Amino acid sequence: MSNREWPLWEVFIRSKQGLNHKHVGSLRAPDATLALANARDVYTRRSEGISIWVIESNNVHASDPSDADSLFEPSDTKVYRHPTFYEVPDGIKHM
Amino acid sequence: MKTMDLQELEKRFQEKIDKEIKIEPNDWMPDEYRKTLIRQISQHAHSEIVGMLPEGNWITRAPNLRRKAVLLAKVQDEAGHGLYLYSSVETLGADREATIDDLHSGKAKYSSIFNYPAVTWADIGTIGWLVDGAAIMNQVALCRCSYGPYARGMVKICKEESFHQRQGFESLVTLCNGTPTQKAMAQDAMNRFWWPALMMFGPSDDESPNSAQSMKWKIKRFSNDELRQSFVDATVPQAEILGLTIPDPNLKWNEETGHYDFSPINWDEFWQVVNGNGPCNKERIEARTKAKEEGMWVREAAMAYAEKRALKKTA
Ligand SMILES: [Fe+2]
Ligand SMILES: [Fe+2]
Repeated sequence: MSNREWPLWEVFIRSKQGLNHKHVGSLRAPDATLALANARDVYTRRSEGISIWVIESNNVHASDPSDADSLFEPSDTKVYRHPTFYEVPDGIKHM
Repeated sequence: MKTMDLQELEKRFQEKIDKEIKIEPNDWMPDEYRKTLIRQISQHAHSEIVGMLPEGNWITRAPNLRRKAVLLAKVQDEAGHGLYLYSSVETLGADREATIDDLHSGKAKYSSIFNYPAVTWADIGTIGWLVDGAAIMNQVALCRCSYGPYARGMVKICKEESFHQRQGFESLVTLCNGTPTQKAMAQDAMNRFWWPALMMFGPSDDESPNSAQSMKWKIKRFSNDELRQSFVDATVPQAEILGLTIPDPNLKWNEETGHYDFSPINWDEFWQVVNGNGPCNKERIEARTKAKEEGMWVREAAMAYAEKRALKKTA
């Protein structure tokens, strides 16, 4: 029996016009055409989408979860990046 | 990553679990957690796929076009469920085809219910109502599983399952309001599927040694017996509406506990079926193995075609 598996693809779906494509899962397919066809059958049987992207999984580069602290902690400490950090005089309504 | 000793890693892992933080594929996890999930998710996937066989058998014999379209859609959903689950087992580093080969060799199990035959049309309604009903009870609890990809798959699956149960119930309502022969057919299906459906929740709590660890890791949220009881409590009133008798002389409402009491389960039968001696075990595995072996040339041809086209593009 063949031990060469079809490559793995990540599937992204735009659920409706105006929204981003969002990751919904993965599947195996020999090429992009069939990956799209399979994604339609597997992930959009109930009008979940109007557009599909497929990307071969080995083309996805991910950050390492153990780096999460050093990557994302600095932004937690910069409270001045949020509007709520600033005081606005009482009389001002919309700002 | 700084080298941390195993104990420290395990402690941090459990803290995350306790805080209801989901575990994602690349996060550190104990080997046993990974192994437990690979086993559970792949067996769940196998159950979805093998579960297509008894129902698929009736697609060409559905009594009318509406029922046929519904059954076709339901069976296609089960294929989808299997695929979501195989994808999620791959996120744990498991080899998809290897898990499938384990099914074919008998090493991996699948839900024992699918080793019972669907012999009449009423069985199809009953499977939707009771078997999908029991599966929903299990799967709703799994939507809160600590492993992210499994939990997300379950959310998607649960949304689709409620159609499965309703179409089965509707089909039984029709039979139960039909001729006496039709009603008898429904009762006969009920008689054969009731106990196997209760067995779907697995061994009693005192007989399932791995349960405690799975609960601690929040893979499981409720014990087998708790889920089985919820299923009985939810299903009895539905049987009453159908006018069907549940094949258990000891089934009765217990005012004190607020639950239905029921007879002990025949665990000998359960273990017989799990260990390969049910009415259809051999047939099911043969069908799956044949599908893989005889379909292999299609996979190979598709791959060869894709490679040829890729080569042309770069040339
Ligand atoms: Fe399913
Ligand atoms: Fe189902």
